[in-house]
Amino acid sequence: MSFVIPPTAAAIVAGRNARHRRRTVISLVLAGLVLAAFASTLMVGQTFYAPDEVIRVILGERVPGASFTVGELRLPRASLGVLAGFAFGLGGVAFQTMLRNPLAAPDIIGITTGASAAAVIGIVFLGLDETGVSFLALAGSIATALAIYLLANRRGFASARLILIGIGVAAMMQSVTSYVLTRAAAWDLQAAMQWLAGSLNGASWDSVAPLALASVVLVPLVLAQGRALGALRLGDDVAAGLGVRVRVSRVTLILAAVALLAFATAAAGPIAFVAFMAGPIAARLLGPGASLLLPAGLVGALLVLAADLVGQFAFDHRYPVGVVTGAIGAPYLIYLLARTNRSGGSI
Amino acid sequence: MTDAHTLSADAVTLAYGDRTVVEALSLDLAPGRITAIVGANGCGKSTLLRALARLISPRSGQVMLDGTVLASRPTKEVARTLGLLPQSPLAPEGIAVADLVGRGRHPHQRLLARWTADDYAAVAAALEATGIADLADRSVDELSGGQRQRVWIAMALAQETEILLLDEPTTFLDVAHQIDVLDLLTDLNRSRGTTIVMVLHDLNLAARYADELVAVVAGRVHALGSPRDVVTAELVRDVFGLDCSVIPDPLTGKPLVLPSGRHHVID
Repeated sequence: MSFVIPPTAAAIVAGRNARHRRRTVISLVLAGLVLAAFASTLMVGQTFYAPDEVIRVILGERVPGASFTVGELRLPRASLGVLAGFAFGLGGVAFQTMLRNPLAAPDIIGITTGASAAAVIGIVFLGLDETGVSFLALAGSIATALAIYLLANRRGFASARLILIGIGVAAMMQSVTSYVLTRAAAWDLQAAMQWLAGSLNGASWDSVAPLALASVVLVPLVLAQGRALGALRLGDDVAAGLGVRVRVSRVTLILAAVALLAFATAAAGPIAFVAFMAGPIAARLLGPGASLLLPAGLVGALLVLAADLVGQFAFDHRYPVGVVTGAIGAPYLIYLLARTNRSGGSI
Repeated sequence: MTDAHTLSADAVTLAYGDRTVVEALSLDLAPGRITAIVGANGCGKSTLLRALARLISPRSGQVMLDGTVLASRPTKEVARTLGLLPQSPLAPEGIAVADLVGRGRHPHQRLLARWTADDYAAVAAALEATGIADLADRSVDELSGGQRQRVWIAMALAQETEILLLDEPTTFLDVAHQIDVLDLLTDLNRSRGTTIVMVLHDLNLAARYADELVAVVAGRVHALGSPRDVVTAELVRDVFGLDCSVIPDPLTGKPLVLPSGRHHVID
């Protein structure tokens, strides 16, 4: 079929380009902020190191003092912050977009709660070391996600049902965690509480490496579904009519996002509300209709790095990053519930 | 159109769980024509349309596109021939009209590739054809129901398919906008030769706008043919369980159904 190109085509090109340019600029600004937060994490601390010292350490030079502090402590911490934040943001918005509901974030529908329950069992009952706890948390979130999906998928898939089942499962996992904590010895309790808060304190290359590897595989997998995800926002029927393999896309997205979130949670703990907040914040910044995958990942990384800096240096006492994000996230959840009630809106 | 695409159902049985809705139904849809599927609530007409659009797979039998089994073909390739406007599509909050219409280009685009000149031309042509070019940068949320339906039809047009399936495209619209949408679909059919297959609630509008009428009763084709031949008082009784008289439409000469009721009986 061929058409005569009407004069409106030029106007459409201009309109789309303007929206596209705005999104690109905002995404670049976000990336710049992430870079700035990353650099600050490397430079700021008990001892301040200038940018040139930090760069020399990164390039592999030996710098007295800085090589250990920056290379072994701050660099893994900042890397974990970026990777975990990006994973939480990307995984979170994938769920929220696919299920067309900002409440469908993995930390609301029980996936990270499942990881927490498993981790606490690992610490308190099984006496596992850090690596063991990470693996158990990984298994916990994947098992929880699988359970929720299977329960929700009976007699056809419905996102409202998945969210409600997820909230129920989250409550169940929460009570498992509470029960295990009541049985914990004092020293285990402290380790468990620290894990539950979500923290970059224990960051080492050993904890960063699995997440980095997982990201290399899983992030492109999620991003590749971006266009299908855009079609899925119009409803399953429209998407199918446009030639999207709805079930394949959905299962791919769920598997990749859950695995990504699971690896992030295993490495950094369930940093509260990042997966939940990153998507809507990115949506607010970029305006409607855009693909939010990449921007939400950047917002996630920025949230974690910034909250970690705040937690470390803004107060007399040092707080784990999850305490700070939790303090921002909880009121936001209430705000969103109130707003959603009025508009019935998606993100 | 030289080699028009053909769509047909070959003895399809459709079921939800263990409830059979359509049984061994065969139907050839006339290429280049407007076909309306009518029937009472729950007769299986929407289910039939969903099967024609490959949204549900038949328990037995096949839907055939150009002589090959629809289900065996890559869905993205099918989406370049067969378009669908389902009953209640969702517009992402705040999305611009041009962007939503642009989603119709999905089957023509490759992963990560940017919009091509063809994409822009197709979206512009779709906006022009549906008369909403001046709304291109507006947010879909701000539009009236009638305008919004035009946007969705524009999206289906941007897909550039030769067959277009629509599930009750006039629902939720007032009578003026119903006529508006059906006129628009007639324009498309006449100017582009698009084969149009739609489920319609309103028998009189179906009789006026369709070239071919398919009346479905309890999951079977009860009558099939041009409205002049098909629409009779007897048919309306069989299909809807409604007493009526049928007169020639003074405007078109096509059949016009005047329903009677317990209080208004025509003798």
